[in-house]
Amino acid sequence: MALEIRDLHVAVDGKEILKGVSLVVERGATHALMGPNGSGKSTLSYALMGHPKYQITRGDVLLDGTSLLEMTPDLRARQGLFLAMQYPVAVSGVTLYSFLHAATSAVRGYGDQKKSAAPGRRNAHMMPMREFRKEVDEKLDLIKMDSAFLRRYLNEGFSGGEKKRAEILQMALLQPRYAVLDETDSGLDIDALRIVSEGINTLQESLQVGLLVITHYQRILNYIHPDVVHIFVDGRVVKTGDAALVDLLEERGYDWVRQELAAGG
Amino acid sequence: MGKEETVSDLHQDLRDIKEQDQYNFRTEIDYAHSSRRGIGEDVVRELSSLKDEPEWMLDFRLKALDIFFSMPMPTWGVDLGTLDFEQFYYFMRATRGKTRTWDEVPDAIKDTFEKLGIPEAERKYLAGVETQMDSETVYSSLKVEWERHGIIFVDMDTAVREYPDLVQAHISKCVPVRDNKFAALNSAFWSGGSFVYVPPGVDVEIPLQAYFRINAQSLGQFERTIIIADEGSNVHYIEGCTAPQYTEAALHTGVIEIFVKKGAHARYTTIQNWSRNVYNLVTQRAIVDEDGLMEWVDGNLGSGITMKYPAVILRGARARGEILSIAFAAEGQHYDAGAKAIHLAPDTRSSITSKSISKGNGRSGFRGLVRIGRGAERAQSKVLCDALLLDPESRSDTYPYIDVSEDDSRVEHEATVSRISEDQLFYLMSRGLSEQQASALIINGFLEPFVKELPMEYAVELNRLVQLQMEGSVG
Repeated sequence: MALEIRDLHVAVDGKEILKGVSLVVERGATHALMGPNGSGKSTLSYALMGHPKYQITRGDVLLDGTSLLEMTPDLRARQGLFLAMQYPVAVSGVTLYSFLHAATSAVRGYGDQKKSAAPGRRNAHMMPMREFRKEVDEKLDLIKMDSAFLRRYLNEGFSGGEKKRAEILQMALLQPRYAVLDETDSGLDIDALRIVSEGINTLQESLQVGLLVITHYQRILNYIHPDVVHIFVDGRVVKTGDAALVDLLEERGYDWVRQELAAGG
Repeated sequence: MGKEETVSDLHQDLRDIKEQDQYNFRTEIDYAHSSRRGIGEDVVRELSSLKDEPEWMLDFRLKALDIFFSMPMPTWGVDLGTLDFEQFYYFMRATRGKTRTWDEVPDAIKDTFEKLGIPEAERKYLAGVETQMDSETVYSSLKVEWERHGIIFVDMDTAVREYPDLVQAHISKCVPVRDNKFAALNSAFWSGGSFVYVPPGVDVEIPLQAYFRINAQSLGQFERTIIIADEGSNVHYIEGCTAPQYTEAALHTGVIEIFVKKGAHARYTTIQNWSRNVYNLVTQRAIVDEDGLMEWVDGNLGSGITMKYPAVILRGARARGEILSIAFAAEGQHYDAGAKAIHLAPDTRSSITSKSISKGNGRSGFRGLVRIGRGAERAQSKVLCDALLLDPESRSDTYPYIDVSEDDSRVEHEATVSRISEDQLFYLMSRGLSEQQASALIINGFLEPFVKELPMEYAVELNRLVQLQMEGSVG
């Protein structure tokens, strides 16, 4: 049971950005992927989720043994993959509530024929409202927001912290098996970072999520403790170790990794 | 969260709506009394005599017919080259006869109901099993309390018989017979429509609703509606249109005239969802007196060709007009819609908000006219026009006409054209929504400013219709 990335090569507009990434994130494990700006970290997250702009030229991505490559992003989500985005997109006129309701219903398969227990019901493709309402209220506690938040339009006018909390709220409702957190700590003040991190930890514990935490800084790793740390430079993983790597990086910076690479040939 | 919660309990809602429903229509349909196809004085006379109309109404019709013949076809906006007036029936009277049963409802219509997810009870109602509406509007009852307040809400034929003075004083006073060729056509052949009079100071709390449907092949639908909101009164009138699909083209040429007296407030809400073979050529206009407020809430999803420009004539000081419209033009549909605001008095204000969506080769044009006439000092008008294009071949055109005669007035015009972005789609799809669901969600968001003005059941229906329009399975 793992998210397996095998020798992944990804190009954008014909230019190769990822040059053979391989790593395995087991259910319940936490992996950190640290790298300097422009190393291709976000490309990895978009490619995993299936953004059409990112062409996979070689390699494979398996989720519990099933290849994701032929799947559109919605099918990957339904397979149990979640991406908390660095820059969540705003959708005007769509309340956070109605979006969450639609997404939760879709991922839990309410739109599927077999789950439509009452085909005559107009909203058979949606999770029953009361049930959903109850659950979303519980999940709001996790990110310390009240229900007024749900009436706002999706990511429209959200502060950096609100956007990231909304991402974690989505993760809580979609209950993924594996989650990629792309620079989730960016734009967060210290309180928001703590709340968001604690939310993620709670979810991981209850759902046994396999986490891939993509970050530039070690800040978030003070709250979400990684089992494995990968250092990512120029489109590939160049070093893998335990949490001690984080301290080493903090101390010596990415230049140290580059120098070591150069020295090692 | 009120809206979402109600959606979940739609069954209950519809039961509630039913219980509130004032009209106990009976279903009887028999097209024995239909005119020949085409236009002529004989048809007007036959229609008028079948309706047992007074002489003045027959005269009105005959004069209108002459005017119709004398006027040219509009040559702008949409292509009406294929419109052949001789192919339509201009009058059909649904007379009392047998009740239609569910088995007699065409499968195509049942299928549409299935797709819309309309509950069984509602289907029968819509299919005309429990209620049958046709080119004549049949109101069997008027709520007792309305009568108590002196509110008149009857079909136009009844109004001609029972309130001839009121009808004569208002018909064609807002939309002159000569206004355009289709207004003249309607004046000659009008049939059905509502007559509403609200006495001074009366607040009609529950919206007045009328259902119009085209049920017969090639049946021209020429409703004529007059609404008079007397001084200080308040009324909301809702007209919903749905039309089953038939093979021959149908013509819908309505005329709506609204009189908003001093300090009164009238709102007219309509969502038209005619089948794709319908020509929808409607004239709707309101005259607003001092301190009055007129609101048009106008949704267009159906028909093949639509020309429609809800108008407000702000005649009294401080009169206000608000026109909010949406149009969704899918494959093969062409809308030339818009709005007109004519300011004739000081401190009048108007706002026009138009949202259009075009899909496939659908074309959506917006024609907005703002005229600040002499004497309309300090008048203000704001026009906001947003277009959303779903495909590279979709098209949207904006034609603003602004004509200002007073220097201290203010007219603002803003127009945007947008497309659904790849990043928005990706974001929503990464949360499990299919491309179609994601697009529908973005579109619903785009339409939200309109939808939130609708009564609940209409909002729900509109969302479903948009979804069906996205799937290309409407019409």
